[in-house]
Amino acid sequence: MAKSQKRFMQTKNTIAVAMSGGVDSSTVAAMLRAEGHNVIGLTMQLWNQRRLSGKDGMPESVQGRCCSLDDVYDARRVAQQIGIPYYVVNHEERFERDVIRPFVEEYVSGRTPIPCSLCNNHLKFDQLLIVAQQIGASSVATGHYARVAFDDARGRWLLKRPADASKDQTYFLFGLTQDQLSRTIFPLGDMTKPEVRELARQHGLALAEKPDSQEICFVPGGDYKRFIDAYLAEQGEALPDTAGELVTTNGEVLGEHGGIHNFTVGQRKGLGVATGSPLYVIQISGASKQVIVGGEDHLYSRTLHARRVNLIAVDDLHEPMRVTVKIRHRHEPAAAVIERAGEDEILVTFDEPQRAITPGQAAVFYDGDVVVGGGWIA
Amino acid sequence: MHRVYLDNNATTPVLPEVFEAMRPYFSDQFGNASSIHHHGQQTRAAVEDARESVAALLGCRASEIVFTSGGTEADNLTIAGLVGAGDHVITSSIEHHAVLLACKRMGEIGAEVTVLPVDGRGLVDPDDVQRALRPNTKLISVMMANNETGVLQPVEEIGRIAAEAGVCFHTDAVQAAGKVEIDVRRIGCDALSISGHKIHAPQGVGALCVRKGLRLQPLFYGGRHERSRRAGTENVPGIVGLGKAAEIAKEALDRGDDKKMAALRDRLQQGILAQVEDAVVNGDGAARVSNTCNIHFDHIDGEAMVIALDLKGVAVSTGSACSSGAIEPSHVLVAMGLRPDQARASIRFSLGKQTVAADIDIALALVPETVARLRELSPTYRKAAVSS
Repeated sequence: MAKSQKRFMQTKNTIAVAMSGGVDSSTVAAMLRAEGHNVIGLTMQLWNQRRLSGKDGMPESVQGRCCSLDDVYDARRVAQQIGIPYYVVNHEERFERDVIRPFVEEYVSGRTPIPCSLCNNHLKFDQLLIVAQQIGASSVATGHYARVAFDDARGRWLLKRPADASKDQTYFLFGLTQDQLSRTIFPLGDMTKPEVRELARQHGLALAEKPDSQEICFVPGGDYKRFIDAYLAEQGEALPDTAGELVTTNGEVLGEHGGIHNFTVGQRKGLGVATGSPLYVIQISGASKQVIVGGEDHLYSRTLHARRVNLIAVDDLHEPMRVTVKIRHRHEPAAAVIERAGEDEILVTFDEPQRAITPGQAAVFYDGDVVVGGGWIA
Repeated sequence: MHRVYLDNNATTPVLPEVFEAMRPYFSDQFGNASSIHHHGQQTRAAVEDARESVAALLGCRASEIVFTSGGTEADNLTIAGLVGAGDHVITSSIEHHAVLLACKRMGEIGAEVTVLPVDGRGLVDPDDVQRALRPNTKLISVMMANNETGVLQPVEEIGRIAAEAGVCFHTDAVQAAGKVEIDVRRIGCDALSISGHKIHAPQGVGALCVRKGLRLQPLFYGGRHERSRRAGTENVPGIVGLGKAAEIAKEALDRGDDKKMAALRDRLQQGILAQVEDAVVNGDGAARVSNTCNIHFDHIDGEAMVIALDLKGVAVSTGSACSSGAIEPSHVLVAMGLRPDQARASIRFSLGKQTVAADIDIALALVPETVARLRELSPTYRKAAVSS
């Protein structure tokens, strides 16, 4: 645990633990309980996995991970085992409004969204934090791999990368405000995943060997296209006609495509055209419904604009700042300069051109291990 | 932590006298009530004694009582046992899911189903029942007291309408039993359901009072138990507990204990209304059972309220325990005209025989401060306060 958090944790507080039924958050609950805190287990019921199953090509069986009955069962059993009060709070309406809807709308507009960040911003560190405070908990602990610390010199709460770089989740947490960070505890920030599993075993948790979840929680099997079809059909809305032309960077029309939501910048497979040299999706135009393809060299770009910016380590960007920038979850942060480009917009200029900068994803700025802030790639 | 239990419409504790009455039937007197020998005769006598006690509570003959696993089975046995494809059934929008979903299932297998609305107080209009009658109407099922609001329905008027039309009338009296006097002849019903654990008997036992001569298609097939209306070896300890609880409930009603209960409930209700702004009793203006009050606290999250009070030792609920964790707001409150957010901001307080004045004092000390805290932290309440 980060130093400042340790100090914070010396007083025995009432802490709500966001329990997903996975090994990380279960271990958090067990360790905080063992430290003598007053721990309350909360599981957010966000999505009914059975809602779309069997519809429009969605799998019949419930395969998604988040909010399945199995996960609630696992979380509840852990809470019972370690002896803490446990509650399921239902936020399905908010989740649909703030995560599912934007997820679908982003895809049909030709962008590639990150629902996990939306969920963190609007549900886990907003709704859940409110419920936690309402029921008398001063803070919320989660199983995220990240660190929070108060920096006396800056007078600000900082979000930092965790000890286990391979599990770093700071990319999904860039939207946290100072108030949210001040009430958030990430007890796993100083631990590696194997250490967490070992601790789970020491606490006798039956789910110590439960596999990690990988995919987007509400999309069973990872097939987001089928999910979008099934969701819109359920809503009685036709999938907007996003079919259009497949165009090369030179303006040559290669053919037609079935809909822009089937494409992601950088994608090579499934373009439906055969050419001599490999073609990649370079750009997706929501307005003209064109998918622009070209050689790999066209994928590289030195600049991006980030909008709806949240700054954490600094209160504002008064002058250009040297940082490293991560443009997708599995991306090695690249050296860049960030500067204000307008109200709520930041221009990122990389030292070296970056491959497949994808609208809809987040650009997160780092100063070493410290998250400076981030925004959504325009 | 001293715990105050105000969720007696979800379940009630088994009374010590009830538990003592049941105790011998787990080990000493273990016979199968259908057996010929001494052991069977002992438990058969206990089952029939219990049947008489339950019949006395409901004003029917002992032979009209069918023991079941609970209220849900009693409701299902009536509906599935009477209604078939081509039949019409009339029910109300505020019924327990044991009735509503059983009727829905009948709809799926070819029956016609009419679900009647209620007014703002949560009352079914008997004229609506009259108007809904069709030549093929087989059954009317309207509850006696609502589980969420405690509102008493005009069952005697509905009973008269059913009798005139020659249609069967069932009433789910799970939340009325022990709280108001029940007389199946006066109600004029053909079937009436009760549940053990709502009247301080154990969970897993209930009863259906079926008018003599009315034939029900059974839910279970097997032995000829309960006059072939409910196959399966009797749950003797549970039945004995239900009998004892029915006896105690009848004595208490005869003594007028329900008036004491109503006085406690009214103190709770008035105390809350006096201390909390923007709080409204759901079902106000209608006759209610003595133990229930359901209050809408504007701009609170009912789920958070239940959790916050639980952590302080006070057990209440947002509505039916059977609906916990569901996203849908209470179908009962929505049927009464509340918006979904208002329904979600409603809390049910329900008292039991074990509830004492000190429990009410604790609730009155904790509820107002909890509502205040929830509102203080509610984004919508702040917004509303600023704009007003």
